[in-house]
Amino acid sequence: MVNPLEIINLSKAYDAKEAVKNISFKLRQNEIIGILGPNGCGKTTTIGMILGLLKPTKGKILINGIEIESQRVDLLNKLNFISPYIELPKKLTVKQNLEVYGRLYDVKKLKLQIDYLCEKLRLYEFINKITGELSSGQKNRVSLAKSIINDPTVLLLDEPTASLDPETGDFVRSFLEEYQREKKTSILLASHNMSEVERLCSSVLMMNKGAIIDQGTPSELIKKHGRKNMEEVFLKLTRETI
Amino acid sequence: MNLNKMYGLFLRHFYLIKSSLPRVLDLIYWPTIQIILWGFISKFFTIYSSYYNNTLGVILTCAILYDILFRSSISFNMLFLEEIWSRNFTNLFIAPIKLKEIITSLIFTALIRTLIGLVPAIILTSPLFGVSILKLGFPLLVLFLSLYIFGITLGLFVSSGLIRFGPSFENIAWSSLFLLAPLGCIYYPIEILPNFFQTIAKGLPLVYIFDETRNILLNSSVNYENIKQAYLLNFIYLVFGIGLFYLSFLKARVKGTLINMGE
Repeated sequence: MVNPLEIINLSKAYDAKEAVKNISFKLRQNEIIGILGPNGCGKTTTIGMILGLLKPTKGKILINGIEIESQRVDLLNKLNFISPYIELPKKLTVKQNLEVYGRLYDVKKLKLQIDYLCEKLRLYEFINKITGELSSGQKNRVSLAKSIINDPTVLLLDEPTASLDPETGDFVRSFLEEYQREKKTSILLASHNMSEVERLCSSVLMMNKGAIIDQGTPSELIKKHGRKNMEEVFLKLTRETI
Repeated sequence: MNLNKMYGLFLRHFYLIKSSLPRVLDLIYWPTIQIILWGFISKFFTIYSSYYNNTLGVILTCAILYDILFRSSISFNMLFLEEIWSRNFTNLFIAPIKLKEIITSLIFTALIRTLIGLVPAIILTSPLFGVSILKLGFPLLVLFLSLYIFGITLGLFVSSGLIRFGPSFENIAWSSLFLLAPLGCIYYPIEILPNFFQTIAKGLPLVYIFDETRNILLNSSVNYENIKQAYLLNFIYLVFGIGLFYLSFLKARVKGTLINMGE
């Protein structure tokens, strides 16, 4: 069976600096893989290449078995992304933003899809409000709605619960678990929240200095490194490779 | 080309304009001020200059036409700058929309923005100065289209810079048109320029467009050679602009500008 996402010997260099060094991994259907690593380890660069924002220096990215460089725009229909570092147009209402992005992703039965997202993510209470005037938690839910408006085969999440209060963070995590069960979506999660990774991910890639330095299930990694939790594993691995 | 996607991108900017009265007023304000200013200057020339005697409106008509160029170019640039300022650039470029769909949608959106700004100003010139740009007749449409194409082309050049170099290119977006204004021979014939600048100016479609505008107003005849030359140059620049836009996108993907946009 073809994997929704497969990375083969992927590298990215900016002049002399290698941001990502020859990494390979597969994301299977209905699987959540976490990417962990310190700031500047190559997580965002990897996600940028998968999204077609960056051209790899070497290697391949296959979406459903097709190389993204050959059919970038068509394959972007199967992906979507959320990050606290990018935002939706602030002056548009929530409904207008969802309509704009629904059209950009050419979503069929857009009204039904917006209704579904409003129901699932509790957007009805502020659907006609200006996006820029929402609280961080509400904005996060709107961005989450945008990120699944096209029912992506592969969902890329870059610190999806950063700067959220514990209650909203838990809501987002529970939503992602439920959504993934319902839609069988494959998710790649970059996060600094170790408990989030332990809760959501079936497998973890540990990155440092652009390379994958270890990988396995959270429990395998904890056992292998003789630590109590993923946070301790993270500290051990990143300090060893400094 | 997918109409739904292009309409989606148009809606993103239409909603922005529709929901904000200050934005609409801003679109109308500058063309109106420009035209009122040049209206009074041209009135002064009409009274005191023999060259412009009985040709009230030559300068004003040229000012309006120059504003078509200015507004269309700025409108195109603004559509990109809005995405950068709202930190939405990444969302746009990870959406499955082709570059040609982005360009087409923004060309159409820029037209709407240009017309919102210019139509009230054009209407004002008649009661205030007794000048109507519509007196140019059918050639007005030809000249408008030619200026609009060149405005969009300049917008493509600047947007290419924004994609490739990021927000640091923003100042160029604002100053680019002021650089071309003296060479475009908007308010005077090309002979006014020193020889060296005349050579450069002949490579711009603006010279032929404004020369022809003056010719129509002063001599009531149309020299299609000027119009043909303007369109030929427009075509060359437009093809080059589109090529540069694609090239900038490819370079930005190599250099990583798209991922850091807005920072």
